Amino acid sequence: MHMSVSNIYPKLTERGDPLGDPWCGSPTQADFAAVEPSGRARLLAHLAQDVRAAVVRTISAAKFGHIGGDLSVADILTCLMFGVLRHRPEDPGWPDRDRLILSKGHSAVSLYAVLSMAGYFPPRDLTRFVQALSPLGAHPSRSVPGVETNTGALGHGLPFGVGCAIAARLSRSVRRVFVVLGDGELQEGSNWEAAMAAGHRGLGNLVAVVDRNGLQQGASTETTNRLEPLLERWRSFGWEATEVDGHDHQTLVEVLSLQPGERPRCVVARTIKGKGVSFIERRIEWHHKVPSKEQMEQALAELRK
Amino acid sequence: MSAVMRDERFDCRVAFAEELAVIARGDQRVVVVCNDSIGSSNLATFAQEFPDRTVNVGIAEQDMVGVAAGLANGGYTPFVCAAGAFLTGRALEQIKDDIAYSGYHVVLCGMSPGLSYGEVGPTHHSIEDVAWLRAISGLAIVVPADPVETRGAMRWAAGTESPSYLRIGRFRVPAVLPETYRFELGRAVELRHGSSLTIVASGVMVHRALEAADELQRRGILARVLNVSTLKPIDTDALVRAAEETGRVVTVEESVIDGGLGSAVAQVLCEQHPVPMRILGVPQFAPTGNASFLLDHFGLNAAGIVRAALELFP
Repeated sequence: MHMSVSNIYPKLTERGDPLGDPWCGSPTQADFAAVEPSGRARLLAHLAQDVRAAVVRTISAAKFGHIGGDLSVADILTCLMFGVLRHRPEDPGWPDRDRLILSKGHSAVSLYAVLSMAGYFPPRDLTRFVQALSPLGAHPSRSVPGVETNTGALGHGLPFGVGCAIAARLSRSVRRVFVVLGDGELQEGSNWEAAMAAGHRGLGNLVAVVDRNGLQQGASTETTNRLEPLLERWRSFGWEATEVDGHDHQTLVEVLSLQPGERPRCVVARTIKGKGVSFIERRIEWHHKVPSKEQMEQALAELRK
Repeated sequence: MSAVMRDERFDCRVAFAEELAVIARGDQRVVVVCNDSIGSSNLATFAQEFPDRTVNVGIAEQDMVGVAAGLANGGYTPFVCAAGAFLTGRALEQIKDDIAYSGYHVVLCGMSPGLSYGEVGPTHHSIEDVAWLRAISGLAIVVPADPVETRGAMRWAAGTESPSYLRIGRFRVPAVLPETYRFELGRAVELRHGSSLTIVASGVMVHRALEAADELQRRGILARVLNVSTLKPIDTDALVRAAEETGRVVTVEESVIDGGLGSAVAQVLCEQHPVPMRILGVPQFAPTGNASFLLDHFGLNAAGIVRAALELFP
């Protein structure tokens, strides 16, 4: 028996301030499962906009953050957290939880936003982002509930994920491992060491999601150190590789929920850096620029549309 | 505790392989992660007995250490076994971020450390490992002196919750510790009592320090010998007591003099009880030569220790 989105997520257009207290906008996993299938993508779309709003507010308040990548990865993380992962926010150490590893650690604010909305910690804690002695640092660490490993230096998530996938196999657990990678990050050789090992071992319980926004800190990936043909590269390492629209919630959930096969799977999610805010989209300088108060208001207005 | 030097010489990798199997039989969580180093890490019998628990990632040290952290995330206790030079140099950032900073219980085993690769050359010598890793918080560093201490350190490392780096020696050494010796992290062991000088040694250099003490005794100098196998956390009390009671310290190690055992001892003593010191170690990249030649070449032998000690008695 399914319910409509509006039952679960009332007043979608007038929902509360994500940083307010209390903020009751988030559905539980059970809620999500209870929504009729056609409504799930719509629900995820709303949630992703909330994540973006939280990102804009958090970075503006902290006067620090990597906003472009946070906004490009927001749909991927929202779909994983609310539509794909088997996890227990009330029990972050549950041994059979699916593992979510944010290898592109500079998108920490998006991760913190989805973790808080899923119930790992109160959303109001986002106001403590990069404040002195806060667990919510510029890059994720295990001092934050729901974070599996400390990232920030690039090229660390996939090797770690390979270890998680081997551990799951050794433990005969059906848990899955999702590693979210930046595209520029793929210039780090450690990823390809890990890709080779995962392909060799046929780690079907491992999924790599590439936030393919095409831009790294200083320029496009293709003018800096070319990644294409990216799908062929993953395939040549023994992976299944698919390209999807990284802002299409229904497709993301479908492809990320596929039954594990005999090979690891790479999902190259085509995204727009800065997605959702017109003056940030596709702009190199917004890799880690901070919005002014006026820009924050304009961004939030666009996200509310 | 007094030393039990015998003529027989041991490759600590043999004790390592035996102990690893014993630990793994008693603890299902123990796994091995290695980099095509089954042979050089003496893991063939382990791999035969525990094929599923032997993860050989190939020649890929960054992946190897990251995979180990991921296995620890899944509740396993990985022993990462690789030549010390490549484990620590190639994967230094993974050791820092994935293991130490993330706080995962992984036992890093630097095989064939120091100059033991001899004529294979400086690319394979692991003389910087201790200096590099001392800079990383939360990582215990142990340089066992002989097979007995190797086994003890491994048992400790498997049973604790925090990460560690163990040097597993290849250069053949005599047993210096009795079979009854019980390894304790951070505890230096006095192998010979003395009142006029202390020789602080680790690993391969411990038995050479004992030989030097014999020679010094013939010259009327009673040297204390401290086996400081735990470089981090270092035994501050034993070092300060030795400085107070003997007034002179010579340190000797099979690693670079910048940032190793000597630096660690000097760091303690200059704050708490400064005494005249000599720091012996490897001063530069080694020329061609086997390990035994190289140790002698750099004065890392009884004669070199005696020479340094006598400089402290003007």
